[in-house]
Amino acid sequence: MEIFLQQLINGLTLGAIYGLIAIGYTMVFGVIGMVNFAHGDVFMLSSFIALIIFLLLTQILGLASIPLALVIVLVAAMALTGLWNFMIERLAYRRLRASFRLAPLISSIGMSIFLSNFVALAQGPRNKAVPSMLDEVFKLTEGHGYDVTLSLKQILIIAVTASLLFGLWYVVEKTPLGRAQRACEQDQTMAALLGVNVDRTVSATFVIGAVLAAAAGVLYMLYYGVVNPNDGFIAGVKAFTAAVLGGIGSLPGAVLGGLLIGLVETFWAAYFSSDYKDVAAFGVLAVTLIFLPRGLLGRADVEKV
Amino acid sequence: MTAPPLLRVEHLTIRFGGLTAIDDASFEARRGEITALIGPNGAGKTTLFNCITGFYKPDIGRIVLMQGEPNTADIDRLTRSVRRHGIFASGCICLLERMSDAEIARRARVARTFQNIRLFSGMTALENLIVARHNPLMAASGYTILGLLGIGAYRSAEKEAIETAKYWLAQIGLTERADDAAGSLSYGAQRQLEIARAMMTEPVLLCLDEPAAGLNSAESSKLNELLRDIRKTHGTSILLIEHDMSVVMSISNHVIVLDYGRKIADGTPSAIRCNENVIAAYLGVEDDELRLAETKVGA
Repeated sequence: MEIFLQQLINGLTLGAIYGLIAIGYTMVFGVIGMVNFAHGDVFMLSSFIALIIFLLLTQILGLASIPLALVIVLVAAMALTGLWNFMIERLAYRRLRASFRLAPLISSIGMSIFLSNFVALAQGPRNKAVPSMLDEVFKLTEGHGYDVTLSLKQILIIAVTASLLFGLWYVVEKTPLGRAQRACEQDQTMAALLGVNVDRTVSATFVIGAVLAAAAGVLYMLYYGVVNPNDGFIAGVKAFTAAVLGGIGSLPGAVLGGLLIGLVETFWAAYFSSDYKDVAAFGVLAVTLIFLPRGLLGRADVEKV
Repeated sequence: MTAPPLLRVEHLTIRFGGLTAIDDASFEARRGEITALIGPNGAGKTTLFNCITGFYKPDIGRIVLMQGEPNTADIDRLTRSVRRHGIFASGCICLLERMSDAEIARRARVARTFQNIRLFSGMTALENLIVARHNPLMAASGYTILGLLGIGAYRSAEKEAIETAKYWLAQIGLTERADDAAGSLSYGAQRQLEIARAMMTEPVLLCLDEPAAGLNSAESSKLNELLRDIRKTHGTSILLIEHDMSVVMSISNHVIVLDYGRKIADGTPSAIRCNENVIAAYLGVEDDELRLAETKVGA
């Protein structure tokens, strides 16, 4: 029971990070029908940006307060990564959107390779260690030889994720930008005829996706204490799996899928073998898609005539 | 007294490969009037609409949208330049054949509906209307960022948009269903909602492609009322393609008839009703009549 509870906490933490990345996949797919394979690397890039800013603040500028430094790191990493993804979309995808469907997808694979190699070249291909911080751990239950613990970092991850999801919900449901995104998702031509600037809406979608991935990158850096230029690939694939599992195009689906993948992975590692945890995560996807081809919360696709 | 022209189509020709879909069509739609575009299937009506709203680029011809009463010299001056629109002392001119579809909607303020329903079916009826106010709302919210911080005029702009949307919902009798998904409304209600959404952009010209298609007689008389009201209370000019002759004859001020891409008649509904060419185009002609006609033109 204690092990179950502990793994539940660990799984939800990991799932929150996957969910944040998965939103970027699902939003971009929803609005322009493209799988942005570079999104995982944008996440990786943001963890490096976060580490650099953190070291800059604490070691060179001598900022003593870790919480303040982390807030600045979070905001700055979100802003810079958003800018990066804005430029990526302008340079690598926008011109290709009018071309055949696979063109932007292939371009995104190229962008993915470029980003991971760029970071490996600029920062070195080896793991970079993050200074340890916020190491407080709270014991929830004691005894029986196994303590269920909840770390400060885990609380932070859940809290930041929850508030960002609320913010995202507000933007999508309540602002003109969100309405324009939903309109473009359904019919870009009609949206353009009603005065919606489609290009700008697509840009905003990429920026929002990157901002959430950046938050995930900062949390990931904080949680695992190590960053690597290859981190983007596996996290990206997992998050993409999460988006498909939840029903690609569906925002609640992406979060649900992220949490599920996180939980399956953690439980599998705890009860069976940590060697095959990725197999378990992808296996769940395969089984789900057999019975629910549109994912858990995906809408039936109505073909327009 | 005739109203000044709002839209002037001149010598419009468009070819798709060997097919001349529209052949040297010229006509005017006057301000504050309902102009109907009729013709048998395949006559080029929708193609003509697509040229006016920027979906197709005509091979030859000029499409001028005028605000105020600009004089011909100014229009010609603008045509010789490379510009797409111009503001002159006499009025504002847009050359639609040079503009993209989005620019025609935004700058020339021409709104259109399609033959098939293109509502955002997953969004509510009210949201469908408010999307059409995207630009003013976006500007008022400082491109979302200021709006999120609660700065600026976003709240009042949104309130105004909702009020206008509610007015249109009341006009089409959908006030109760404002928060239902647009896709769940009846076919007739969806048709009307599309027209209301087009009106939310405050167009000067409303182009409707077969608005009465598939409506029953009660729904189509409601539609007639709505279109008359739009013209009377809002002064919006309407250009409509319609097969339902009861709609055409009862609401339009002016009728243009196309057949095989050519304009074959142009006049008031009553004049069109007894025009020989129109009757021939719709009903076909007897062989001997055709021969008679051919000898008449010397073919």
